[in-house]
Amino acid sequence: MLEINHIVKQYAKHRALDDVSMKVESGKIFGLLGPNGAGKTSLIRIINQITAPDEGEIIFDGERLNPSHIGRIGYLPEERGLYKKMEIGEQMLYLAQLKGLSKHDAKVRIKHWFERLEMQTWWNKKVEDLSKGMQQKVQFVATVLHQPDLIILDEPFSGFDPVNADIIKREILDLNKGGATIIFSTHRMESVEELCHHIALINKSKKILDGDVRDIKNQFRDHTYTIQYRGNAETLHDTPTLFKVLSNEPHDHELVARIQVGEGQTINQVLSYLLPKVEIIGLQEVIPSIHDIFVKTVTSPNSVYHA
Amino acid sequence: MHKIALIIQREYLSRVKKKSFLLTTFLVPLLFIGMYAVVIIMAMNSKAPQTTVDVIDLSGQLAPKLENTSTITFRTLENGNIDIEKRALQDKGAENQCLLIIPSDVLNTQKVELYNTGKQSVAVVSTIESKLNNAIRNILITESGIDVAVLDKIKADVSINSKEMTADGEKDSSSYGAMGVSFFLAILIYITLFIYGSQVMRGIIEEKTSRIVEVIISSVKPFQLMMGKIIGIGLVGLTQFLLWVVLSLALSTVASSLMSKNEAVQMELNSKIDQDGVGAQEEVGSNDKLSVIMKTVKGIDFGYIITVFLIYYLGGYLIYSALFAMVGSAVDNETDTQQFMLPIIMPLLVTYMLSFSVMMNDPQGPVSFWLSMIPFTSPVAMLVRIPFGVPFWQLALSIVLLILGFLGTTYVAARIYRVGILMYGKKPTYKELMKWFTYKA
Repeated sequence: MLEINHIVKQYAKHRALDDVSMKVESGKIFGLLGPNGAGKTSLIRIINQITAPDEGEIIFDGERLNPSHIGRIGYLPEERGLYKKMEIGEQMLYLAQLKGLSKHDAKVRIKHWFERLEMQTWWNKKVEDLSKGMQQKVQFVATVLHQPDLIILDEPFSGFDPVNADIIKREILDLNKGGATIIFSTHRMESVEELCHHIALINKSKKILDGDVRDIKNQFRDHTYTIQYRGNAETLHDTPTLFKVLSNEPHDHELVARIQVGEGQTINQVLSYLLPKVEIIGLQEVIPSIHDIFVKTVTSPNSVYHA
Repeated sequence: MHKIALIIQREYLSRVKKKSFLLTTFLVPLLFIGMYAVVIIMAMNSKAPQTTVDVIDLSGQLAPKLENTSTITFRTLENGNIDIEKRALQDKGAENQCLLIIPSDVLNTQKVELYNTGKQSVAVVSTIESKLNNAIRNILITESGIDVAVLDKIKADVSINSKEMTADGEKDSSSYGAMGVSFFLAILIYITLFIYGSQVMRGIIEEKTSRIVEVIISSVKPFQLMMGKIIGIGLVGLTQFLLWVVLSLALSTVASSLMSKNEAVQMELNSKIDQDGVGAQEEVGSNDKLSVIMKTVKGIDFGYIITVFLIYYLGGYLIYSALFAMVGSAVDNETDTQQFMLPIIMPLLVTYMLSFSVMMNDPQGPVSFWLSMIPFTSPVAMLVRIPFGVPFWQLALSIVLLILGFLGTTYVAARIYRVGILMYGKKPTYKELMKWFTYKA
């Protein structure tokens, strides 16, 4: 769907994007992560052709990105805004027509979406009469009205209460099922794990991590396991090569230990070592959350990972 | 192109539909008519108070020659004592009474004294003065043996009826009429450039602070958004002009037809002029001048002037609104615009001030010429010159420069605009704007 090749964007003394490349596959939900000021918004603006890169190119659906693609992209910026004094219906018509829809089509689709999200009575209201959450909903509809193939959502859940956030999440998944590719920029890691197939992490103008969510998680596994067991807590202690005990605490009527398997050893070897000594009730590998990975990679910025 | 049309449509309709637009469109002509009406009504109702002037004429020559007017009655006090009369006047304290003392050597000194309890109106004083002047002059003329009747006959009052020689033949022209028209046009263009230019600026600041600008420029180019706004607001201005012209014509037709029915009003006004006027002969003279002015105003080619006005209004508007757009895009709120406004206002302000001094006096001089060539000043300067006649090559050159100026300004403004609208929380400096200009699109 989208190939981003060696993008460089320079603002006077500040380099916002430094040789950033990534590939967004068609029909996927792509998470674009990074701390504030990392360059996410600069990249999104380049994809939206709001600004142009100094170097590099973007390929959209096999063609070099050009103005004819504007109607196929829907963009929800992080900083939301609508004309305060303009009626909602009229405003939606205007925005949809700017994206290239005919007036008639725009009207039909706006009605459809307003019914779907229970906003029918809002048509003649002005934006300034709506609550912030309601404005967000209007803006979301404006983003997807023209049935874009690529939807770029910058922090789509900010400003929503949990009920509406769930409604929007459902709509995003629905659009994705309908074939739309989604680029999803956020700090909310739990929604990343829930929604994204693929993520890229940008930090200090550079891409430092990119890959399938499952692959990345696998890559960040560090052979840590939790073991639930009954027996003497003293029996579970560090061994020279086999494993290291990270924690070992009672939990309800059992004991729970976190261990890290030593270099070149397997969990099976650890189990056969432990089986004669304690009664094992449960064993689970600790898989790092995207949140942990985010913090880990951002705080040690010199490393670049590839999955 | 389709998208820019949508933007123009929104900018235009959202403003024309506003109540404030309708209000100004209908109120401004009413206001003018109303002011006109107030002046007429006031002139009709103001009955000047009757003033009695007690005259003690020590020379004994002038008092009989002072004729009463409709507002002033002269009363000669034979053998009056100056001190007693002064005290009497002070005791009475009447406002509409005064005491005129003519010394015996008045023909030589030409000095008299007028005592009042309050301050006399200028009209009363000047009437007394001119009556005395006439009387003294007549006496002096008679004394030198000249016949007053002969003198009156040979008194000259030249009224210049200037004819302009053009290829089409002679036509009436008058610098009075031309000056009136240029005065009006210069003010009109000066004010409208600022009214509509600052509307463009406010519109852009609104889009920037409400953050809708990012949504819109993901659909259209920043240049399209900027031009759409400028053109849309420009059309609002033209609509307003058109409505003003139509309304003023309609209202003045109604008003003048009412006036002609009410002949009494006309009579009243005429007699007013007679009363206030000093001498009948001078009245005739100024009436003549007035009719000449009226004739030349009618003689001015309004079709030509309005065409030139529209060209310069549009050119000037496009140049200045691009500058205003640039300022609007660079700032976060209206208070930050101050530092950029002065350099924008200066050229127009200077031209505006020069147009009523240097340019009016010398419409073909070098200052007038250069000001009417520079695109930033020509919209006002050329309009001031037009009624005095401008060679065609100058007009053509000025319009070409105006178009080039508009293209150049728009190019610069658009480059700064596209960066500025996405910059928040920075108070920009000129240096910063220069940097933005060099950014790659």
